Amino acid sequence: MIQVVLPRNLQILAGVGRVVEVRVDGDVTQRSVLDALEADHPALLGTVRDAVTKQRRPMIRFFACEEDLSNEPLDTPLPEEVASGKEPLLIIGAIAGG
Amino acid sequence: MSGVRLLVGTRKGAFILTSDATRKTWKVEGPHFAGWEIYHLKGSPADPDRLYASQTSGWFGQVLQRSSDGGKTWEAAGNQFLYDGPTGPHKWYDDTPHPWEFKRVWHLEPSLEDPDRVFAGVEDAALFETKDAGQTWSELPALRNYPTASTWAPGAGGLCLHTILLDPTQKERMYIAISAAGVFRSEDGGKTWQQRNSGLISNHIPDPDAESGHCVHRIAMHPARPNVLFMQKHWDVMRSDDCADTWHEISGNLPTDFGFVIDVNANDPDTVYVIPITSDSHHFVPEGKLRVYRSKTGGDDWEALTKGLPQKDCYVNVLRDAMDVDSLDPSGVYFGTSGGQVYASPDGGDSWTAIVRDLPAVLSVEVQTLA
Repeated sequence: MIQVVLPRNLQILAGVGRVVEVRVDGDVTQRSVLDALEADHPALLGTVRDAVTKQRRPMIRFFACEEDLSNEPLDTPLPEEVASGKEPLLIIGAIAGG
Repeated sequence: MSGVRLLVGTRKGAFILTSDATRKTWKVEGPHFAGWEIYHLKGSPADPDRLYASQTSGWFGQVLQRSSDGGKTWEAAGNQFLYDGPTGPHKWYDDTPHPWEFKRVWHLEPSLEDPDRVFAGVEDAALFETKDAGQTWSELPALRNYPTASTWAPGAGGLCLHTILLDPTQKERMYIAISAAGVFRSEDGGKTWQQRNSGLISNHIPDPDAESGHCVHRIAMHPARPNVLFMQKHWDVMRSDDCADTWHEISGNLPTDFGFVIDVNANDPDTVYVIPITSDSHHFVPEGKLRVYRSKTGGDDWEALTKGLPQKDCYVNVLRDAMDVDSLDPSGVYFGTSGGQVYASPDGGDSWTAIVRDLPAVLSVEVQTLA
């Protein structure tokens, strides 16, 4: 299972905890992980990426394995550590304030 | 026993305030959807326990919430607001063409008869409709395709469709208002529209009496006299006696003619409320005094209502959807401020008390009168 860490606002919206597990059949990419996440939790549709274009919302970032993967192509395989469930994919709301 | 339920949208969540018919003591619940901007909540006139809420965030976009138990529990409904067909440009602030882009839902207006049917006014300006309790939304595209649409330009808050009025006596007649385009009327449930701005004068646009381009802030009607409309415009308070065909000014003795809210007493269609604001860049009440102005003559003659409201060192704003009236007798009047206060008057505006003082900035206030 792939582990996805959600920001607090989306945890509340989806009624889940900080870490959500999703199953992906086939290549583990940003697209396939988000497809699985939205299928399991429809309340998240449109909140991480545009529902039609599938593009990441501008103030959302994707981190994993201490790397910022936000600008990677949607169909690029995620790191093996994410695909194997050893490391989570972090969905981050861009930090603002201060 | 009858009572009232206030639905309060703020910059950081929604709050529900309830009281019995005396409207003296209040129960405060919330925040719901903490951390999100709640532009508007509204209940169905046909089923008061059916509520809808527009939940938005610069990070996470638009979410639409629905409750079927008066706000005790909520569930996310559909949030896809897709324009129907090609989206031509409107004008941007610098007069250049700018593509139509969905940003958020400003206003929700449930049908008078069907709790599953709701109209939504959005930014960039368009009208959407659901017939399945918010699961799916369809644009009524004739408005956005109106011949003047390419000339519409955003007000400071964006190109928003912020007001939707349904005529209780003419099932298919509705009015909407857009900043900064003006007022439109439909006689067929939104399939076709007529722009209705005759009589509006706006000196901040190149042609002050142009057909389009007026920054209408809010319009209001009394359900028993729906051919009469009242308007708070970005400068001037206006009135129409002919279903918006023509407008005339009723600003009279108001201390400023700028403001956002306007509403009509539920028991008297000639009693109107506004809250004057200092324009243009200040956007707070004049002279440090929070005053509601009431006209009992349908405009022109206004009296300041101050009892219980701060009369020094007050610099709050009251936004366009942040006032409402209940239908008890005497009618209660409610408004919320940018400072997080929600004020209530159980006596038609004669006296006021703060129900709460320290909420996040208030974006909207709607009241339900409960049997």
